[in-house]
Amino acid sequence: MSEILDLTAAAAGAAVRSGELGASELFEFYRQRAQDDQLNAFTWVAEATPGEAAIDGPLSGVPLAVKDLFCTKGIVSQSGSRILEGFRPPYSATVVEQLENAGAPLFAKTNQDEFAMGSSNENSAFGPVFNPWDVTRVPGGSSGGSAAAVAAGSAPWALGTDTGGSIRQPASFCGIVGLKPTYGAVSRYGMIAFASSLDQAGVLTRDVTDAALLLSEMVGRDPRDSTSLEYPGSLVLPTGRDLSGIRLGVPEELTEGVEGIEPGVRAVFDDALRTAESMGATVETCRLPHAPHALSAYYLIAPAEASANLSRYDGVRFGLRVEGDGDLKEMYERTRSAGFGPEVKRRIMLGTYALSSGYYDAYYGRAQRVRTKIAEDFNTAFESFDFIVTPTSPSVAFKLGARTADPLAMYLSDYFTVPMSLAGIPAISIPAGLSEGLPVGLQIAGPAFSEQRILEAAYALEGAFAFDASGARRSGSK
Amino acid sequence: MIDRDAVLHVAALARLELNSEEVERMAAELSAVLGHIEKISELDLEGVEPTSRVVELENVLRPDIPQPSLPVEVALAQAPAVSGGGFSVPGSGA
Repeated sequence: MSEILDLTAAAAGAAVRSGELGASELFEFYRQRAQDDQLNAFTWVAEATPGEAAIDGPLSGVPLAVKDLFCTKGIVSQSGSRILEGFRPPYSATVVEQLENAGAPLFAKTNQDEFAMGSSNENSAFGPVFNPWDVTRVPGGSSGGSAAAVAAGSAPWALGTDTGGSIRQPASFCGIVGLKPTYGAVSRYGMIAFASSLDQAGVLTRDVTDAALLLSEMVGRDPRDSTSLEYPGSLVLPTGRDLSGIRLGVPEELTEGVEGIEPGVRAVFDDALRTAESMGATVETCRLPHAPHALSAYYLIAPAEASANLSRYDGVRFGLRVEGDGDLKEMYERTRSAGFGPEVKRRIMLGTYALSSGYYDAYYGRAQRVRTKIAEDFNTAFESFDFIVTPTSPSVAFKLGARTADPLAMYLSDYFTVPMSLAGIPAISIPAGLSEGLPVGLQIAGPAFSEQRILEAAYALEGAFAFDASGARRSGSK
Repeated sequence: MIDRDAVLHVAALARLELNSEEVERMAAELSAVLGHIEKISELDLEGVEPTSRVVELENVLRPDIPQPSLPVEVALAQAPAVSGGGFSVPGSGA
């Protein structure tokens, strides 16, 4: 069985196509691994193996885990929240349908921060997820279950969502690849919403090739999501060997004098830049003058949108209801107070405050203008650079409980990932090395719809880094 | 910066019932977060257009063709309480 564990998703698919490996055997292998998971990475695991008909397609039957917040028809989907207790959606998210049709059958759903609000996966109604590199540490968040599952080899690949870093940061903490596509590249239909102008589905995979393969079946316009876009061209498996002629920009504002950037992270990042140079890239400092304000804008815009999106949880149509002996309003308040966890309440409060009469212009209005400046900064930078590179997060995976008492410290974990989210541009995190035995991710961001070029560069670098993640894969399951 | 009364006002708007301990904690935490966020007030944003979403799309329409929607029993299946083919809720009070 250890042979299956060593296969990337693309390699497992190839083995199925050539007949060396049965699709049912592959599904059962991962179903069992997920069932035996010790990291609390899963919220649901399939009870049976699907028939062979379900696994016909370009993804060759390689089973897929998806973050809890993707609606899955008839399968409990709670977005990590108690307020959606027992909710079985009457439909599946478009991406889940697309991938099932492409031959990646759903085999498990993964734990996450409640409504994708968090950077440590400690805000889940299902309890925290543990990092397979060190179970006393967080896996990152909010797609922490997906990242831990892939890193631990209990899922061949997984879907996550990224609003301010929720794919890239856990990928970095768990030593795997995570890609957030261009906003609009992938349908949001059937994703339980957090902040609609930022939310984007993406992939968490063992390597860059797997990321390209999975993403290639996800992009495109969906009539059910009016903000989705026709993807220009199609994505193919990367073959990049070097970085000759590639201009990498290192944003001064995100790397110089940043409070809280760990020396070990900085060292891995600097090594990665030297490697890139040795492969033909040029590395120069660039400017993103408004990037230091991205986190502030984000923590106004995202909570504001969340406070509106989460108003639908009122105990009427689905999920939890807590009734008193009072009227409708009391039922709303009791349901919401019992159903939402502390971080979700905090963000609803922040968002409601930012949108409330008298504060709208000072907070939400200003934040939207900062967003414009941040997008302009990137546009200017991309006139001179192919990609912007940063560490994915200022730190390695931190200890469970280390930041739960200080929301601001938790939010700073997304300092390098939030600017790209506000600009709606694609970015990947790939493991670049270790600091104190824990993975450090390199973030590569490019202009809108530059996914193929990002994947080519990431693939070339991945070959040079030769990051070994096999240790974590052996520790995550019984 | 955010006092107890402000927390209670916003909680009422958000339909959240907070106990007194939550109110105290929320006041402190929101003040700390807003204190950090305040930095954006230093920026000169005169004449800058707001961005509500990065994708420039206008009036995305679909053909006006009737399509089946969820059957009533499916739409009601997840509701905590139903009656007479609809969602059932407590009275709205006086």
